[in-house]
Amino acid sequence: MSENRARDTIYLDYQASTPCDPRVVEAMLPYFTEQFGNPHSVEHAYGWDAAEAVEKARSDLAALLKAEPREVIFTSGATESNNLAVKGAARFLKDRRPHLVIAETEHKCVLESAKRLEREGHRVTWLSVQASGLVELAELEAAITSETALVSIMAVNNEIGTIQPLAEIGALCREKGALFHTDAAQAVGKIPLDVGAMNIDLLSVSGHKMYGPKGIGALYIRRRPRVRLDPMMDGGGQERATRSGTLSPALCAGLGTAAALAAREMEDEGKRLLALRARFLEDLRKRLPDLEVNGDLDYRVAGNLNLRIPGLRGEELLKALPRLALSTGSACSSASVEPSYVIRALGVPEESASQAFRIGLGRFTTGSELARAAEMIAAAAAHLRDGAGRAQG
Amino acid sequence: MAAAAAPVYLDYNATAPLRPEALAAMTAALAETGNASSVHRYGRAARKRVEDARRGLAELLNCRAADLIFTSGGTEANNLAIRGAGRQRLLASAGEHDSVLALQGVETLPLSAAGLFDLDALEDRLAENRMPALVSLMLANNETGAVQPVAAAAEICHRHGALLHCDAVQAFGKMEVDVAGLGVDLLSISAHKLGGPQGSGALVLRPGLEFASQIKGGGQERRRRAGTENVAAIAGFAAAAQAAVAALQDWRQMDAWRLALEEEIRDLCPKAKIYGAETARLPNTTCVLMPGVSAETQVVAFDLAGVAISAGSACSSGKVAPSHVLRAMGASEEEARSAIRISSGWATARADLVRALEVWREIYRRNAESSAA
Repeated sequence: MSENRARDTIYLDYQASTPCDPRVVEAMLPYFTEQFGNPHSVEHAYGWDAAEAVEKARSDLAALLKAEPREVIFTSGATESNNLAVKGAARFLKDRRPHLVIAETEHKCVLESAKRLEREGHRVTWLSVQASGLVELAELEAAITSETALVSIMAVNNEIGTIQPLAEIGALCREKGALFHTDAAQAVGKIPLDVGAMNIDLLSVSGHKMYGPKGIGALYIRRRPRVRLDPMMDGGGQERATRSGTLSPALCAGLGTAAALAAREMEDEGKRLLALRARFLEDLRKRLPDLEVNGDLDYRVAGNLNLRIPGLRGEELLKALPRLALSTGSACSSASVEPSYVIRALGVPEESASQAFRIGLGRFTTGSELARAAEMIAAAAAHLRDGAGRAQG
Repeated sequence: MAAAAAPVYLDYNATAPLRPEALAAMTAALAETGNASSVHRYGRAARKRVEDARRGLAELLNCRAADLIFTSGGTEANNLAIRGAGRQRLLASAGEHDSVLALQGVETLPLSAAGLFDLDALEDRLAENRMPALVSLMLANNETGAVQPVAAAAEICHRHGALLHCDAVQAFGKMEVDVAGLGVDLLSISAHKLGGPQGSGALVLRPGLEFASQIKGGGQERRRRAGTENVAAIAGFAAAAQAAVAALQDWRQMDAWRLALEEEIRDLCPKAKIYGAETARLPNTTCVLMPGVSAETQVVAFDLAGVAISAGSACSSGKVAPSHVLRAMGASEEEARSAIRISSGWATARADLVRALEVWREIYRRNAESSAA
């Protein structure tokens, strides 16, 4: 971060992307230079060294998920993993189980994959969430039928940080014979995950949401009982023929190192962020007594806040804060003017939803940055309200 | 590395070492935070890197920046091209990469003994069936380096209402690639074959081509390929491509060294066959048959001598199958099992090829002796 041209701006958008940890960059560099081989070259040491790096990364990531290494395949990112999991599983099972259950608050790439499947003739039940952002288990239970191929519910929401009851959802799916996919892009390395104990069949991982590099993700695919997918990319038959394409040892090593770091540091980091967040929220509430929090505060990942200041549109507020890197919602739809569908799904009226803004803190966030951010947000809010008052007066 | 002597890398068609220009661009990008879709300044800085790279690549390829889609590599670009074009019928040369041939329902078209795509067969096959078709043809073959008649194939395709997809993964950076000049509808490229990073590639579309995305999500890449852009790899890709295209002249020297190597091999063993030698080839690729000696034996001996070469393409799971490319050129199964590929690149010195020749000679002599005994 020291060389960053945006260094005079405070970065509070960790759910959009995390900085690549310098230790991760360090681990990647050798694979860019002297160890540059193609991991699929079986004929020489360059290839073997590269393959070894890929397998080491695979086992580091598997350990974090409590999975077996051979249950993890690498992809180009969580969007690809989610597409492959949802479309791959649904298409494979279409004849016997043409039905899917998808939470309304899923990431765009899950929603769009499901809509595509609807056009192909699958049926989709769109599961609503409670005001807290949590799914209602009874409602989920009612939605799963003997024709349900897959239930997709994200582990941690990207906008409001809600942590879903994965173990309960997994148990329910297992009992009913449906596969359980969870988009864990925002969860891996942030909260403990255990694919066995939680009965998760498919789990998507993103590198750049856990201090690893962009351009790599992974998909956990359960082996016992075996989950089968229709591949989206054919070719050289890499990754157990589920995902063809030359793997990047550098990117794999980056993701593996990020996973190993998270395994060691996740617990302390979570505690630190929780304390920072509590202090920040307290500070902000003192300055803005009418501040509201979107989504549940308890079942929430430590690095996320989603707030609204009544009467101020999120977009307008962000414009007044050029020295803070924040967002109104998911980065994919940053340029969109529509209020967030996630906030709307909580039952928040449209006008209030358009007031939402997201604060993402993480590994490199400091207390003094947050103190300055609180001050800047309060000042901008006061200024905008003052301006609005004058314009009306 | 395995050998004590300085290792020699001659497997550039599998992957090329990263060019320093790419490493510099990537190191700078990796030091920065930001999702290119975010609107704050971190996001805008990331977006600028992505769009600068797109413009740079488009200039090198003679296409519009808006028509270039970044992907996770050549395999994805090929899959996206073929699935995205949405044609009912798919034809491909029998020498295409597995990422094309593995697709369901593909009809293959023959190669000549020289390794060239048969344009007459294409014309016939398109004329006999009017179903909307897509034809996939490499610009240069990964195993023999044979340069295919892509512009002529595009002209035939268009006359019959078919689209042409060109896999230029091996060609880009080793010869001029002019998308508009070739007249193709879709063209795939990959970063790591020209000294960029693994994990980055691109697909170029003809302006206005009707196209359906495959990976759905946040609407990145003008809604044609969702997923957060890999900013560092994209920056590295463009920097490597810039360096590769600027150095295209240097291939003349490499071509001369390569031809000298092949001549020496033929002098040593008149029965040694150089595949594709009768036609225009990439200047870096030699695909050579050593009669009676399996590729596996050769590859192991090369590796023990510290020279990295390969028996064909580097994909899949460790088995050394006879090359489908050589089989399509009419080689017998035994011949196809006895050919190796030597491929050079930007960091190759003449001494590397000389060393490869020495090793080839040793293997040849040893086996000639043992078969004489």
